Amino acid sequence: MISFALNNEWVNIKNLAPNLSILDWLRTKNGKCGTKEGCASGDCGACTVLIGKYQNGQWKYQHINACLMLVASLDGKHLITIEGVSEQVKTQGGELHPVQQAMIECHGSQCGFCTPGFIMSLMALYLNHKSYPGKNKVIQYLGGNLCRCTGYQPILMAAEQSFTYPRQELNIESIQQKLALYIKQKTENAEIELSDGETGRFFMPNHLTTLLQLKVQYPKAKLFAGGTDLSLEFTQALKQPETIIGIADVDELRHTQFDSSGIFIGAGVPYADFMEAFCQYYPEAHELFERLGSAQIRHSGTLGGSIGNASPIGDPAPLLIALNCEIELTSLRGKRRLLLESFFIDYKKTKLQTDEVITGFYLPPRANNLKLACYKVSKRIEDDISTVCMVLAYQTNQQQTIINARCAFGGMAAIPKRAFHAEQRLIQQPASLTTFQQAGEQITNDFTPLSDVRASDSYRLSVANNLFTRAWYELEGRIDVSKPQTRIKHAAL
Amino acid sequence: MRHFKINHEEIKNGTVGRSVKHESASAQVTGKAIYIDDRHQTSQILHGYPVMASVSSGTIESIDTSEALKIPAVSCILSADDIPGQNDVGPVFKGDILLAENEIFYHGQPVLLVVASSYEAARKAARKVVIKYRQTPPLLDIKMSIANQDWVRPPHSLKKGDVDTALANAANRLEGEIAIGGQEHFYLEGQVSIAEPTEEGGIFVHCSTQNPTEIQHLVAKVLKRPFNFVTVEMRRMGGGFGGKETQAAPWACLAALAADKTQQIVKIRLARSDDFRITGKRHPFYNKYEIGFTDTGIIQAADIQINGNCGYSADLSDAIVDRALFHANNAYYYPAARILGNRCRSNTVSHTAFRGFGGPQGMLTAEQIMDDIAYYCDIEPLQVRLKNLLRPGMDETPYGQKTSQFVMADMLQKLADDANYYQRKSEIAKFNQSSPIIKKGIAITPVQFGISFTVQHLNQAGALVNVYTDGSVHVNHGGTEMGQGLNTKIAQIVAQVFGIDYEQVLVNATRTDKVPNTSPTAASSGTDLNGMAALNAANTIKRRLFDYLEKTYHVDHTSIMASKNEVHFGEQKIPFSKLVEQAYLNRISLSATGYYATPEIYYDRATASGHPFFYYAHGCAVSEVEIDCLTGESTVTRTDILHDVGHSINPAIDKGQIEGAFIQGMGWLTTEDLIWHQDGQLASASPANYKIPAIGDTPAIFNLSLYDSENPETTVFRSKAVGEPPFMLAISVWCAIRHALASLTQQRFVPALNAPATPEAILTAVIEANNWNKKQGCNRD
Ligand SMILES: Cc1cc2nc3c(=O)[nH]c(=O)nc-3n(C[C@H](O)[C@H](O)[C@H](O)COP(=O)(O)OP(=O)(O)OC[C@H]3O[C@@H](n4cnc5c(N)ncnc54)[C@H](O)[C@@H]3O)c2cc1C
Ligand code: FES
Ligand code: FES
Repeated sequence: MISFALNNEWVNIKNLAPNLSILDWLRTKNGKCGTKEGCASGDCGACTVLIGKYQNGQWKYQHINACLMLVASLDGKHLITIEGVSEQVKTQGGELHPVQQAMIECHGSQCGFCTPGFIMSLMALYLNHKSYPGKNKVIQYLGGNLCRCTGYQPILMAAEQSFTYPRQELNIESIQQKLALYIKQKTENAEIELSDGETGRFFMPNHLTTLLQLKVQYPKAKLFAGGTDLSLEFTQALKQPETIIGIADVDELRHTQFDSSGIFIGAGVPYADFMEAFCQYYPEAHELFERLGSAQIRHSGTLGGSIGNASPIGDPAPLLIALNCEIELTSLRGKRRLLLESFFIDYKKTKLQTDEVITGFYLPPRANNLKLACYKVSKRIEDDISTVCMVLAYQTNQQQTIINARCAFGGMAAIPKRAFHAEQRLIQQPASLTTFQQAGEQITNDFTPLSDVRASDSYRLSVANNLFTRAWYELEGRIDVSKPQTRIKHAAL
Repeated sequence: MRHFKINHEEIKNGTVGRSVKHESASAQVTGKAIYIDDRHQTSQILHGYPVMASVSSGTIESIDTSEALKIPAVSCILSADDIPGQNDVGPVFKGDILLAENEIFYHGQPVLLVVASSYEAARKAARKVVIKYRQTPPLLDIKMSIANQDWVRPPHSLKKGDVDTALANAANRLEGEIAIGGQEHFYLEGQVSIAEPTEEGGIFVHCSTQNPTEIQHLVAKVLKRPFNFVTVEMRRMGGGFGGKETQAAPWACLAALAADKTQQIVKIRLARSDDFRITGKRHPFYNKYEIGFTDTGIIQAADIQINGNCGYSADLSDAIVDRALFHANNAYYYPAARILGNRCRSNTVSHTAFRGFGGPQGMLTAEQIMDDIAYYCDIEPLQVRLKNLLRPGMDETPYGQKTSQFVMADMLQKLADDANYYQRKSEIAKFNQSSPIIKKGIAITPVQFGISFTVQHLNQAGALVNVYTDGSVHVNHGGTEMGQGLNTKIAQIVAQVFGIDYEQVLVNATRTDKVPNTSPTAASSGTDLNGMAALNAANTIKRRLFDYLEKTYHVDHTSIMASKNEVHFGEQKIPFSKLVEQAYLNRISLSATGYYATPEIYYDRATASGHPFFYYAHGCAVSEVEIDCLTGESTVTRTDILHDVGHSINPAIDKGQIEGAFIQGMGWLTTEDLIWHQDGQLASASPANYKIPAIGDTPAIFNLSLYDSENPETTVFRSKAVGEPPFMLAISVWCAIRHALASLTQQRFVPALNAPATPEAILTAVIEANNWNKKQGCNRD
């Protein structure tokens, strides 16, 4: 059985298809149809809901895609939907919440189909800020919500205007207390009897050993972390796995460490929970994380999911490979650590054994004078998959000679892969434009990319080559000439 | 019945001209607005899902449904043989097939319909059906269709003067071409219908459609029933944009077929990726031209070939390619012209209506021509545009209609001033000189868009106005609400007539049993047509009320005025609700229908001339962009728009239409990239790889003003249609990207740029410009 709160209601569930999404559950089992389906693939935001998580003694509310998140993973959480916002306002004697009021006054809804999703993302913005945080923050929060009617201008205005009305908080303390108590009392809740009698079972272990035991017991079980990837198998490929093991609540996977000995990121930590800390050490990586999916995706998606999925177009892998990352794999047999770049064997094939799970990622401390360039090129700037992703890390000595270089690409091969020829062209060379251009020209020796829906092979080769030039201008551009603008102006860059 | 006069006294206190909020706004922001899929979610109904062909061209050899039928939830699987009536849902011409009989025309074409007790089961079972095909090579290349003269409808061309001689005598000649991509509508609410059997043996249909009447007719024809056995209701769509003009019909008809067979309620909703694959899109075009012009950049002759890729059937393509022809001159005067329009067949889904309806693809070509001339003659592009505008004496379009409202020059000049066009342009030139990677560009482009359906009989509308004895009013009309604010504007119009508050008027679901024989809500005509019909209906009742006052109180008609919920007559006044009550007691009808037909429009295909448009809507935009010459990425940093909506009925709604249309047009010309696999399957079949603009793509500076003018024609409150015209303002973005590209060659050469200008298209153009430089021996590296 799982227990959670839907708005101000307590919910216990025993019998349910383990792969049922929150969206389908709300709409088909509860008749709560305010939350809309625009795509069922995490791309449009029409299904946005708020999830409240109790972490380190505090409640944190984030917006996520209800189409990708499973009901089963709600145990101990607080789910708030558009209906909940309206109920809240009503119990406080009002009719509209400030974000709703602002959307009306700014004419932020036309056909209205995207509107509940926008309201929920705006609610997240509102709850997490006491005053208007500026347009860029708004764009970060709303980048995963598509609107085909308005052109967004009125919605941007509404975001600002919602902060000008008298503040209205949600009246949710009592349900939060009940949830906190439940979480405290919750013992090892390994097997949640979530099953509709036909389609299999869902487990949600809290500890690593239970997870590893389950993995041995059910070798074919699917691990479900943020679900931003796996859920597509349910909603698009219509697959029905027998057993799903939710790993978002496994303590040992939710751990991070940032100090002088380096960085550790647990495999189950959502991007949003570690990217700020990570970027204190590697501010250059900010763009990669900021542009990884949308806020909704970053609230759920994990590094374990990205690497576990072994996608050749994921953004974290090139970054981690260039930074010399080691991946930690754990099974009942013990732990092992490999260089991440050696983890990938072929398209979607890795060295992960069936009884193993990815537990975390180790990065050495940032080297002195490390220069880092992280680039993502895609058709659309926000919430798009990379056509080409390049991460270049190198060091120079006092003579401005490059002494070492690691350069990894996504989108250029069947796996995330280093550009060895390009690296070799850089090492022991002066950090000049010519050097970088020559390194770029090596790309054709390093890769034979595919043509696909995102771009042709020749475009990928040209861009990969040119990104070395960009890196030179950004990292080495001389002081005597003023630095030229190297990036187009865009709110998400 | 054209008696429309603006009573300025009434207007002052009325709701017309006010930015009242959208009628559904409160329901939408609270999640209470009901869309079709929200119905019957927790009740036991059946769900239909199509089985789709997995080849683009060929014939069916065998079908095996046994695995699908093993799923217990499946109740039946229907085929073309189960259709009692016609198996064709073509809106104008036959050829849009409901369920494939033997031949397959495109990848994804529906072959069967699975009916099951859950949505998931229906979808899964549909994938379990095994169909074997005998494949034939699909036709997927428009140039091949042109070479083979393989059309879905015969070509049609506009001719003006002697083009060949004019070209031969022209001082300069240039040739050009452009491939223009299509566009997925991406209405946020996908296609959805619910059909319910009625006790009379008919069908009641909820359908997300822009054309309830056509759904009614097609459902009746498919089921072989009289029209009066079918009722269609449509409260609101979650976006339409033309994508629910004809493309809603198959799902409504299939749901009705299944409901009729099973005598149960049946819902069909397409999953997003299937909606991508099997519903029509904006037509891709491939256009070519040869133009002749003077040394000062004035067009002497234009020989243009417009080729629309129509997909496998005619659908609305005839009218769409016609509209492309009618806009291939945009706002410009062509002294001699030949504009040929081909309707090319291909083995893809049938392409269909999309905001602009062919107009954008014609207009983009006109703007490319203007830029070509400007760069060739080394004349500032805005100057070239101004010189070539239609103007008194040079007012005749290539289809013989004379322009009578000449506001374009004034609008362009005003916008150029307000947006500081010239100064910014020289700053950009300076910036580009010292910026090796990022180049900026700026362009200003006009839009002159013809308003009216080019199919004459569609230019009619009806409405039903009921006044109740408490003074509240209910209105039905033939238009459909898809977010554009039509119901809001109609409520404003009717409230204005009666001089009552907007809140007193309720406009809700469109139903075929309330207002019959309606036209689609399309061609930007929603308010022009239905607003006028509602106005006429309301005026009929108003006249009855005023007649009653005149008779009862012996006052003169001219002394009666309705304003602020009261009716003033002579020295007296009476609350509207009281007057209505009195009228009822005196047995005066408080219900009326209204009708409207657009005057003065005609077009003769034989001579390719006439007056197809009641009037033109105008607008212009100036956009500034940045491109990255290393990656081809681009961004719009600033856009200023000046648009002409006549006397606006609701400025906030009109502005919403303009901004939304601009961003949608920007998407069409930049990130929205339809890609087909070599076998004809749509590769970009999901929002994961088909990218409409996101919130950060909205230009950081985005200014919009409405041009201060009344429609010279007698439209409802002298307003102008606004749905489509501003879409084409986004052409300024494409031209600005070309301007940025031209900076690579010091404006001496502009590389070709196809649409959409994706990063790849831009980088290709950058490489072409760099190669040109190398050839000129002036490699600047
Ligand atoms: C709309 C959208 C946009 C996206 N944009 C981007 C983007 O811009 N850049 C990008 O890189 N990615 C993107 N993604 C891809 C993906 O969501 C993320 O990379 C994310 O990190 C996946 O993590 P998850 O926790 O959600 O994975 P899940 O879906 O939970 O799991 C993915 C796979 O990894 C396995 N797995 C998960 N955890 C472990 C573990 N600890 N050990 C072993 N195997 C494990 C699962 O079994 C599953 O097979 C996007 C996805 C969506 C839906
Ligand atoms: S429905 Fe589109 S993101 Fe969930
Ligand atoms: S209002 Fe229609 S999609 Fe946003």
